[in-house]
Amino acid sequence: MSSQPLRPVPGPDDASEPFWEACARHVLLLQACGGCGTLRFPPRPMCPRCNSFEQAWVPASGRGRVWSWVIAHPPVLPAFADRAPYNVIVVELDEGVRMIGNLLETPNEEIAEGMPIEVAWEDVEDGVSLPQWRPTQ
Amino acid sequence: MNDYPRDAAAIVGVGHTEFSKNIGRPERTIALEAIKMALDDAGLTAKDVDGLVKFSLENTMEVEIVRNLGIPNLSFFGDVGYGGGAGCGAVGHAAMAIATGVAETVVVWRARNRGSGGRPWATRPTNKQPGEMQWFLPFGLSRPVDQIAMLTRRHMIEYGTTQEHLGHVATSVREHATRNPNAMMRKPMTMDDYLAARWVSEPLRLFDCCLESDGALAFVLTTPERAAALKQPAVLVRAASQGIGPDHLVMANYFTANPLDTPARYAAQELWRLAGMGPDEIDCAQFYDAFSPLIVISLEEYGFCKPGEGGPFAAEGNLKLGGALPSNTSGSSLSEAYVHGMNLILEGVRQLRGTSTSQVENCENVLVTSGNGVPTSSLVLRKP
Repeated sequence: MSSQPLRPVPGPDDASEPFWEACARHVLLLQACGGCGTLRFPPRPMCPRCNSFEQAWVPASGRGRVWSWVIAHPPVLPAFADRAPYNVIVVELDEGVRMIGNLLETPNEEIAEGMPIEVAWEDVEDGVSLPQWRPTQ
Repeated sequence: MNDYPRDAAAIVGVGHTEFSKNIGRPERTIALEAIKMALDDAGLTAKDVDGLVKFSLENTMEVEIVRNLGIPNLSFFGDVGYGGGAGCGAVGHAAMAIATGVAETVVVWRARNRGSGGRPWATRPTNKQPGEMQWFLPFGLSRPVDQIAMLTRRHMIEYGTTQEHLGHVATSVREHATRNPNAMMRKPMTMDDYLAARWVSEPLRLFDCCLESDGALAFVLTTPERAAALKQPAVLVRAASQGIGPDHLVMANYFTANPLDTPARYAAQELWRLAGMGPDEIDCAQFYDAFSPLIVISLEEYGFCKPGEGGPFAAEGNLKLGGALPSNTSGSSLSEAYVHGMNLILEGVRQLRGTSTSQVENCENVLVTSGNGVPTSSLVLRKP
């Protein structure tokens, strides 16, 4: 038995399962409407633009920019205590959608709005990988 | 469409327990205490009550209220959802029931032992995260303060809002609390005190955050006709609104075209339309302040200033007594107590009864708002 506090991991649902399944293969996919092509994030069953239930999964560029960020100080969830103070960012992808993640390989004080970043994968447990971010190399 | 029934219900009774870190009594008990006090305040009894409206998050069910209080026949009951977004909406639902004749006398309450209880973000199960949480909890965006800090940083980026602007919000609210004997934090606070406080989630510090409190509040509403014969001066519900904007997904919602347009922007537009008045007719405001930047954002969303001007508006002293818009005159969530914003409604009633400890002269119309980061609601209260 490990004494490490459990890290929260995504609980895929019917709409998000293809996203997380691709992440496990280190592939970043975005959900697009199968009717009108509109990208949507987070994934959901219906297109809010044309109300189609049809969907497609399209590869994302994996590139974007820092839109906002916070530095979380203790007390935090036990699973994150040993890395506090740590950053959480919102990234705006080149495709226009935004995601939440952590900016790796970057001191907190060097994070800046508009920084170009790219996807970097973090394997957190068997079959679960999170899309993370690092400065564009 | 029928005309909206303005001024069709009145708040006639208020009740509240003390506010503290550890009240020492269960939520059910303090809920009943607050409701009994509100009925006594109005000069009514449980026999008069035919409606109850509660927060969806409330732990004490209607059946408990009915069987403890001795309500003989409850014909209307309802829930309003989304935590801190619910308060004004719950009063609005009660007013609608009274306006339509579905009920005559309705009680709205909230009891929450959050000071002595667990920290929701620390005790949440840490395995697979369902629903919207799958998009932020695995990355450690785990507390409401982190979620609002993310929006605050973006407000700073877009508009040049500063930490000192937030400091003016926190110190203005504290100044009001120093005069309020119910307030948990009555010690005067300077800008230096504010800036010296520890970080919780940069760019937010300790004094940007609401208090962790135990307490309960209740309100009794009835028809304006019946209100005229009761003990207290009636406070009319001029209008109440609710709002959810496009593509919204509760607290950590950065996925819309402009996340700085929170649900409050939509509730505000609807409120002014329903009330038939605008921000220039408001004498004092009670803004939901789980975190200080929510006051800045609300000033903009409710139209008291343009987007980006909320910080300078606070820094010019406009939120203080004697300023352009005295706001959060009880000390509110930052300094009085955090009971999901229900004490803001209490303070709105006090201002219109003329019993606030930071009384605004000639106060006729009061704005009260509920939480911005979530589906929300708002109220205009006024004198008859």
